[in-house]
Amino acid sequence: MRHIISLLMENESGALSRVAGLFSARAYNIESLTVAPTEDATLSRMTIVTRGSADVIEQITKQLNKLIDVVKVQDLTDGSHIERELMLVKVRATGDQREEMKRLTDIFRGRILDVSDRTYTIELTGPVSKLDAFLVAVDASNILETVRTGASGIGRGDRIMKI
Amino acid sequence: MELTGAEIVVSCLRDEGVKHLFGYPGGAVLNIYDEIYKQTAFKHILVRHEQAAVHAADAYARATGEVGVAIVTSGPGATNAVTGIATAYMDSIPMVVISGQVPTPAIGQDAFQEVDMVGITRPCVKHNFLVRDVHDLAATMKKAFYIAATGRPGPVVVDIPKDVTQHRCHYDYPKSVSMRSYNPTSKGHSGQIKKAAQMLLEAKRPMIYTGGGVVLGNAAAQVIELVRMLGYPTTSTLMGLGGYPSPDPLFLGMLGMHGTIEANMAMQHCDVLLAVGARFDDRVIGNPKHFAKEARRIIHIDVDPSSISKRVRVDIPIVGDVAQVLDEVIKLLQADTTKPDAQSLKAWWAQIELWRAQDCLKYDRAAAVIKPQFVIEKLYEVTQGDAYVTSDVGQHQMWAAQYYQFDKPRRWINSGGLGTMGFGLPAAMGVQLAFPDAMVACVTGEGSIQMNIQELSTCKEWNLPLKVILLNNGYLGMVRQWQEFFYEERYAESYMNSLPDFVKLAEAYGHVGITVDKPEDVEPALRDAFGKYKDRLVFLNFLTDPRENVFPMIPAGKGLSEMILL
Repeated sequence: MRHIISLLMENESGALSRVAGLFSARAYNIESLTVAPTEDATLSRMTIVTRGSADVIEQITKQLNKLIDVVKVQDLTDGSHIERELMLVKVRATGDQREEMKRLTDIFRGRILDVSDRTYTIELTGPVSKLDAFLVAVDASNILETVRTGASGIGRGDRIMKI
Repeated sequence: MELTGAEIVVSCLRDEGVKHLFGYPGGAVLNIYDEIYKQTAFKHILVRHEQAAVHAADAYARATGEVGVAIVTSGPGATNAVTGIATAYMDSIPMVVISGQVPTPAIGQDAFQEVDMVGITRPCVKHNFLVRDVHDLAATMKKAFYIAATGRPGPVVVDIPKDVTQHRCHYDYPKSVSMRSYNPTSKGHSGQIKKAAQMLLEAKRPMIYTGGGVVLGNAAAQVIELVRMLGYPTTSTLMGLGGYPSPDPLFLGMLGMHGTIEANMAMQHCDVLLAVGARFDDRVIGNPKHFAKEARRIIHIDVDPSSISKRVRVDIPIVGDVAQVLDEVIKLLQADTTKPDAQSLKAWWAQIELWRAQDCLKYDRAAAVIKPQFVIEKLYEVTQGDAYVTSDVGQHQMWAAQYYQFDKPRRWINSGGLGTMGFGLPAAMGVQLAFPDAMVACVTGEGSIQMNIQELSTCKEWNLPLKVILLNNGYLGMVRQWQEFFYEERYAESYMNSLPDFVKLAEAYGHVGITVDKPEDVEPALRDAFGKYKDRLVFLNFLTDPRENVFPMIPAGKGLSEMILL
């Protein structure tokens, strides 16, 4: 099962390596990991997308909680939540394809950020599955470069993670 | 008044009440050593290899319950300390290791004796710090001691660049620590504790399984009270020995890979299991699938939530300080008028006695050669069970665990989790320094002792009258045993050729050396060691049966009821 784990941790040097090291040392899977400081500069917010059985996910949250720098851990997939990822993708855009790429970008509610006579650079945000669907739609043969941030997540409504 | 970073380090140790600091100097810590030289609050014990400093501090902590402290220089000093740190981490030992670091501007420049200590130790510490600013130094030291000693204890590394030890700032040692990210649970959930007490009373085939957490959590008194109140059979892991008195009939001996039949079978076939400060590791329950074949309900008390339901699903998890939780359980049981089902308990004990009657720790007592088990039994008799016994890793370790009847906690000091050969001698030093008048025996093998033998020199410097009990069988015995059982007797590199003359070696270091090669000489030699040579380090070289194996044995990956017996 895919899980999105959110955590708040002290914004100290080496904090990221503690989390990344924990995942590799205990052979847990990381699909993506994003991290940046919050409005409180002493805290970083991290979103980790991982896969594992219920037992493994339970161990992951326990082990994360055990890290001294970690203030709070939440499995977002335990309740309703929103998940977004940002992707920048450079596609081949020549001849008939130029129009087709523009149309696809509109359908997926993306934006074209940069244009050359042979390429478009498109910005797209959404759940990971939407970005995956876009890449399938444009076809791998047209993709020149992709950059993805990995998912960020937040709980819906009153579900708030704060200290 | 402003102090230098080096003065602050020494002041912190003084204010923390440290009495012994184990270490080895070097460039990056010279400023700190200069301050150590000027102070009298604590003793510094100069070892001969940094690994030994960490093991000695570790054993000091195991024996006293205080935080052990070691100091090493940057680079090779730091890397030499890593085995010691990992050893303490695996056994949850409270320890603070101070390492020197190259000056902050040089960090990352591949400077002389530079190593990323925080990076290298990250997976084997409870936490670590790199102190970049002298203003953070005192608060970091305070946090290090606090983190090491609270919750599930563990080693903490404080890496201090040399320039930080020169910089000055106002010194004020914090009285307390408050960390928003670290608040270990101590009080167990009262609802869960109620359910646990209830389940204990409902048991028809109960079993109490205690681990190192009982020793570390100072819960031996509570375990004894609970066990005697209920009359339930009790076992202990290697790490928990001494938590419940071994000679007591309610105690079934150690369980696990080299546990007794009665302990392993009762563990497998019980219907209610109370696990206290233990973690169901692979050397204890063997194959978890095999363990899960038998239906049983499990109550698990542990201070570390991540130890619960890690390898085995439990029914009643209780996170908290084991002593505090057991106090609550005992209170509830005392107030409850329900008593355990006497009929079922009697039948259960009858079954256990049948297992026990197989006498799985029997060995040939009439042998013409010295049996290693016999040496341990005699050591127990001669010391009247009152020694601190440290050990290295291998067959001798298992024999010491099986045959020395520990009846007090903190007396059995060994590397259980990491299994570090070379631990025993420096560990014995740490214990002897903590308790100068106590009997301290280091049970070792000829493989292990050579991994830190240089410490005989430290022992001489401090006149430590510990006794080295070398069970010398000429083989890396446990390796040989596995090769005999599982590799068709292909003894690849397990024979120890060209051993030194241990008697001369001991004498060269200024100690007493005695070789014993006949069973009838074992006891007199031990009596001399603890009597005539009471104030000397005695190195007893017992030439033991080279083909002796440790029984019972559960082969790796097998289940608790699949023991190989003698």
